[in-house]
Amino acid sequence: MARTVTPARKLTFTILAWGIAGLIFFPILWTVLTSFKTEADAIASPPKFLFFDWTLENYATVQERSPYVRHFLNSIAIALGSTLLGLAVAVPAAWSMAFQPARRTRDVLMWMLSTKMMPAVGVLIPIYLLFRDLGLLDTRSGVIVVLMLMNLPIIVWMLYTYFREIPGEILEAARMDGASLWNEIRHVLLPMALPGIASTMLLNIILAWNEAFWTLNLTTSKAAPLTAFIASYSSPEGLFYAKLSAASTMAIAPILIMGWFSQKQLVRGLTFGAVK
Amino acid sequence: MTTMMRRLLGACALTALAMPAAAETLTIATVNNGDMIRMQQMAEDFTAKNPDITLEWVTLEENILRQRVTTDIATRGGQYDVVTIGNYEVPIWARQGWLMPLDQLPAEYDVEDLLPALRSALSQDGKLYAAPFYGESAMVMYRTDLAEKAGVTISETPTWAELLDAARKMTDKDNEIYGICLRGKAGWGENMAFLSAMANSYGAAWFDKDWKPLLTSDEWKAAATDYVTIMAEAGPPGASSNGFNENLALFQQGKCGIWIDATVAAGFVTNPKESTVADKVGFAQFPNKEGVDNHGNWLWSWNLAVPASTDAPEAAQTFIAWATSKDYTNLVAGKEGWLAAPPGTRASLYENAEYQAAAPFAKLTLQSMNAATPDRPSVQETPYTGGQFVAIPEFQAIGTAVGQQLSAAVAGQVPVDQALTMAQQIAEREMAKAGYPK
Repeated sequence: MARTVTPARKLTFTILAWGIAGLIFFPILWTVLTSFKTEADAIASPPKFLFFDWTLENYATVQERSPYVRHFLNSIAIALGSTLLGLAVAVPAAWSMAFQPARRTRDVLMWMLSTKMMPAVGVLIPIYLLFRDLGLLDTRSGVIVVLMLMNLPIIVWMLYTYFREIPGEILEAARMDGASLWNEIRHVLLPMALPGIASTMLLNIILAWNEAFWTLNLTTSKAAPLTAFIASYSSPEGLFYAKLSAASTMAIAPILIMGWFSQKQLVRGLTFGAVK
Repeated sequence: MTTMMRRLLGACALTALAMPAAAETLTIATVNNGDMIRMQQMAEDFTAKNPDITLEWVTLEENILRQRVTTDIATRGGQYDVVTIGNYEVPIWARQGWLMPLDQLPAEYDVEDLLPALRSALSQDGKLYAAPFYGESAMVMYRTDLAEKAGVTISETPTWAELLDAARKMTDKDNEIYGICLRGKAGWGENMAFLSAMANSYGAAWFDKDWKPLLTSDEWKAAATDYVTIMAEAGPPGASSNGFNENLALFQQGKCGIWIDATVAAGFVTNPKESTVADKVGFAQFPNKEGVDNHGNWLWSWNLAVPASTDAPEAAQTFIAWATSKDYTNLVAGKEGWLAAPPGTRASLYENAEYQAAAPFAKLTLQSMNAATPDRPSVQETPYTGGQFVAIPEFQAIGTAVGQQLSAAVAGQVPVDQALTMAQQIAEREMAKAGYPK
């Protein structure tokens, strides 16, 4: 029996949804507001919400002190590179697990996921030594490979879930029509799974963009992305909250804008198969 | 081969021979604080004098930098040519062979001018392994107007009894004036830096001669009880999560009567651009308990050192000699005034009349730094050196775990005695695990 949605109920849920969204968004809004304050206003008590002397000084200082463009380009290269490389590896893997499952496929999937449960710091030294010997420290390619490996379980799992929603008979029909394996994936599977692949891609770009452990530990200057840029404005001895907020705003703005424009795609992909 | 080709090859060879030696790039890791940022702004002077050296700066938050640099140096990754490290790390890393001795400093550098306590803390077997960029001790900063209103006088060398009494009298919680602001946030470099110094000034020690922890001793109990009690009576709300920055913000907003912390804070609280109480701040030496000849022994410096894994050791030392020289101090003073000069490293700065006039806290900073004896942190005999820390690699873990217990005591979650008993157990376990006594 369909449940009727009364206007009062609708209003309650709307207010609740806006309230929760506001709560989640408030720290970001506060960061943006603080970035336009002086350091003295940033620590003012009681806090100043909108009525303060607005200034662009922090942005000017940050621009002058740090090579923002270099960090930004590194973030773009690392986020896109690791995601595309991850997809290139994960699509065939997820295909085989979804359409040609073996007796241990489920175990392999669980094992892949279990690698995410290990604290990253546990493998820092071995990876650092490997990178040192291979000359990969402070290189974009090195960070791309590591972030791809870190996010691979998530990519494989997401793609596996999406692929399982696609009827195997369609692929079988393509095969009967003489399609090779490559053509089957390229012309039949990928177009059908496009929403899922797009949301996987978007989610991984966000994860790679925000990743701070490996990007801080494996880069120094040349390949350092925006996480290193933000870290350079934090200080336990000295008040740099306004400058830190300006740096944070500049670092999160690109991904926030991307998330805003692709939110429909992202939500659609994340809820794909959730309701049957 | 055609004549043209031969001429081209010849020209290339001549060009290659005529080219100067390849420019060296120094990667310098620094922490994010005012003095270090200023060094980056002044670096044009260095590159003008050394055109064959290019500087690449890596600025990171203190704890991230510590982790990052430790990983690189321990694995000989060679990512940095100059690193900024504290006087806690210098002796430990020098013993490990991770640092190069600074044996190429020019004669005009004047090593003898470096403050003796720092020179001693940064040397190992008579060799200097790092040069101090700026140094600090700890002292009392208090509001002269609030003290006057409360009818209390704080002497230049106060005792704890005198100071705690003043804190109580200055408290006016209804008007959000808190008599005393002290570090409460857990961490070996946060509340335990302050508490270790406070314990030293109560006559306590971290370990006895056989490396047995002494956290349940009477001296530790007295220090921790006074600390927790005064924080409850005269401290700000949420004190268990306050570190240097939080207390700095409170003091600058006029909400603290007394703040005991690093001497570097004096420059911030007297800066009228940042502080609402800039002209109402008085200074006094770190207190001691009656009859205990120890003023906390707080000594910290940010130093520049050359990792053994660098491929540009000479250029690195040239840079360090520039950044920690008297000329650098004069350069900063000339461009930004004497108040901006990096404090706490050279005796000559404190003899300078212009600096004395610009920095009202200069005398007490020097007095506090000279009172520090890192070779003898406690009035008791100890097997370690240090002051607000114990100079052993295990201290970071032990200090932070003990700090969590005492932070919980400040938050009122556990009684002081229980916190100290737990802290003692943690320290005993960690020391046994590390194989002490060694």
